[in-house]
Amino acid sequence: MVAAIARDDAVRGSTLTLREVSHRFDLEGQPLPVLDRISLQVGRGEFVALLGPSGCGKSTLLRLVAGLDTPTAGALLTEGREIEAPDPSRVVVFQDPTLYPWRTVWSNVALGLEARGLLRTHRGRIEDALRLVGLTGFANAYPHQLSGGMAQRAALARALVNDPKLLILDEPLGQLDSLTRIAMQAELVSLWQRSSFTALLVTHDVEEALLLAGRVIVLSDRPARIKAEVVNSQPYPRHRGNPHFVELRRELFEHLGLDEAW
Amino acid sequence: MVAALTAFWPDRPESDWAYTDGFAIACGALALALALAVFAAVRFVAFRSFQRLSPWLFALALFLAAWEAVTAKLGLLPLPFFPPPQAIVEVAIDDWGRLAEGVFASARLLATGYFLGAAIGFVTGVAIGWSQRAGYWIHPVLRFIGPLPATAWLPLAFFVFPSSFSASIFLIALATGFPVTVLTWSGVAGVKSAYYDIARTLGATQRFLVFKVAIPAAMPHVFVGLFMGLGNSFAVLVVAEMLGVKAGLGWYLQWAQGWAAYANMYAALLLMAFLCSGLITLLFRLRDRLLSWQKGLVRW
Ligand SMILES: Nc1ncnc2c1ncn2[C@@H]1O[C@H](COP(=O)(O)OP(=O)(O)OP(=O)(O)O)[C@@H](O)[C@H]1O
Ligand SMILES: [Mg+2]
Repeated sequence: MVAAIARDDAVRGSTLTLREVSHRFDLEGQPLPVLDRISLQVGRGEFVALLGPSGCGKSTLLRLVAGLDTPTAGALLTEGREIEAPDPSRVVVFQDPTLYPWRTVWSNVALGLEARGLLRTHRGRIEDALRLVGLTGFANAYPHQLSGGMAQRAALARALVNDPKLLILDEPLGQLDSLTRIAMQAELVSLWQRSSFTALLVTHDVEEALLLAGRVIVLSDRPARIKAEVVNSQPYPRHRGNPHFVELRRELFEHLGLDEAW
Repeated sequence: MVAALTAFWPDRPESDWAYTDGFAIACGALALALALAVFAAVRFVAFRSFQRLSPWLFALALFLAAWEAVTAKLGLLPLPFFPPPQAIVEVAIDDWGRLAEGVFASARLLATGYFLGAAIGFVTGVAIGWSQRAGYWIHPVLRFIGPLPATAWLPLAFFVFPSSFSASIFLIALATGFPVTVLTWSGVAGVKSAYYDIARTLGATQRFLVFKVAIPAAMPHVFVGLFMGLGNSFAVLVVAEMLGVKAGLGWYLQWAQGWAAYANMYAALLLMAFLCSGLITLLFRLRDRLLSWQKGLVRW
C-alpha cells in the first residue's frame, strides 16, 4: 500500500554495480574459484535477493560488497565509486550473529554508533531497534543468555541502528522459528519501505526471496555464475497463495533444479 | 532466627571442646582463647558464613590441638625447629613492630614491581599482538630472554641498579611482565577475525578495534597472565629480599633463621601466606568484576 510512496522518495539508498566480479580462494595450494564473472546492477532502493546452493559463494560475494575482501578480478562500485574498504553506509548482517560476548545486548546494538562517535546524539535509536526486533526486555542480557534466534535478531538490530544506505543480509532469519520468521520478514519489508535503503539479501528460502525481493538472482553451483533472474513486481504485502506467487516459486525451483518436486 | 540458632548449635560443642582442651593444656590457652574470641566475633556478625566455615574451623582446631600435642605436650618433634603454637603467638605480640614493618616493606616492593611489570607486559603484549612490526622486533627478544628465570638477573641487577630497592623492582617487574606479555599477546592474536569484520563494517577506526574489540576479547587471557605473574612475583620478592634488600618479610625470614629464632620464622611465613593469598583473592575479585560476562560461558 505504502510501497509506492516509499519508492518515490528512495533517495537514501545507494546503487550497487558489480562488473565481471570473479573471486578465487587458495585451498591448500589449490586455487578454488568461487565467483565467476558476476555482473549485476542494483538500483537505488531496490531489494534484491540472491538464491543459490550451499557453498556456491554467496557469503563471499557479500564480503566483497561489504569491502571486507577485494575480488581477484572485476570491480564493485557503489554510487559510481569503487568499493575499497568497509564503510558504515554498507552494513552487513552476517550469517553468524557474532555478538560480542563481553557486551550486553544493548551495547552490542550500540556498537556502530559508538564506533562512529554518535552514541550521545543517537542514543534513542538503540531502544527503537531493540523494540523492532522484540528484544526490549533483554537490553541488559549478555549474548550467552539469548537463544539462537534472539541473537540473530540482536544482530539485525545492531545493523539497523546505523541507518544504512545499503543493507547486506546473509540469511539473517535462518535460525528463527517459522512464526517469528514470518513476523520478521514483514518487519523487514516495512522497514525497507520506510527507510528506503537498498537491500541485498542472501537466502536459501525461495519463498522468503519472493516475499521480500523485487528481483531474485539465481546463482549456479560453485563457481557461482548468474543463472537466472526473476522479477517480482507484486505489491507488498505479498501472499504465498497468490497464483502469480505460486507461478514464480515454481519457476525458481525449476532454475534451482528441483522441478521434479513440482 | 530460631532456625539459625538450632542450626549452629551442633557446632558449639566442638568449639567448646577445643576451648576446654586448650584450657586444660595451660600453655595453649592463650592461643586458643584468642582463636575462640575471633570465632565468637565472627559468629555474632555472620551466623551464615560461620556455619559454612565451621567444618574448616573444626579441622583447624584439630590441627592446632595435634600440633600442640606433638610439640608442647609429647615433645615428639625436635624443639628448636618445631615450636608450639603459643610460641608463635608470643612472637606476634612481642615482635609485631618489626613484622608490620616487614609486611609494609614487602607489600610496597611487590606492589610497585607488580604494577609496573603488569602494565608494561600488557602494553607490550597488545603491541605485538596487534602490530606486525612490533612483533618482528619484540618477539625474538621475548623468546630469548623471557624463559630465563628473573632471579638469574639478580647479581647483574644489584650491580647495575643504584639501589637494591630499584633492582628488586626491576626483577619483580620482569618476573611479572613476561607471562603477562605472552598471554596478552596470545589473547590479542587469538581474537576471532569475525569480531573485527563486524566492527569494521560498522565504521570502527583502528583505535576502536584495539581498545573496544581486541583488548576486551583478550581479557580472559590477560588475567591468566596476571595470575601467573603474581605467583612469579612472590618468588622473586622473597629471593630479592633475602639476598639484597635489607627489609621485608623475606629478609625477616632470613634474619630469624640466622638467629635460630624458628618461631619468628613461622610467624613470618604465616604472614607471608596471608599476604600472598590475600593478593590472589584481590585479583580474583577484580577478575570477577571485569569478566562477569564470562559467567555463563565457562565453568566459573
Ligand atoms: N577464507 C576462505 N578460504 C578458503 N576457502 C573459502 C574461504 N571462505 C569461503 N571459502 C570457500 O568458498 C566457497 C563459498 O563459500 P561461501 O561461504 O561464500 O558459501 P555460501 O554460498 O555462503 O554457502 P552457505 O549458503 O552454505 O552459507 C566454499 O566452498 C568455501 O569452502
Ligand atoms: Mg553463506
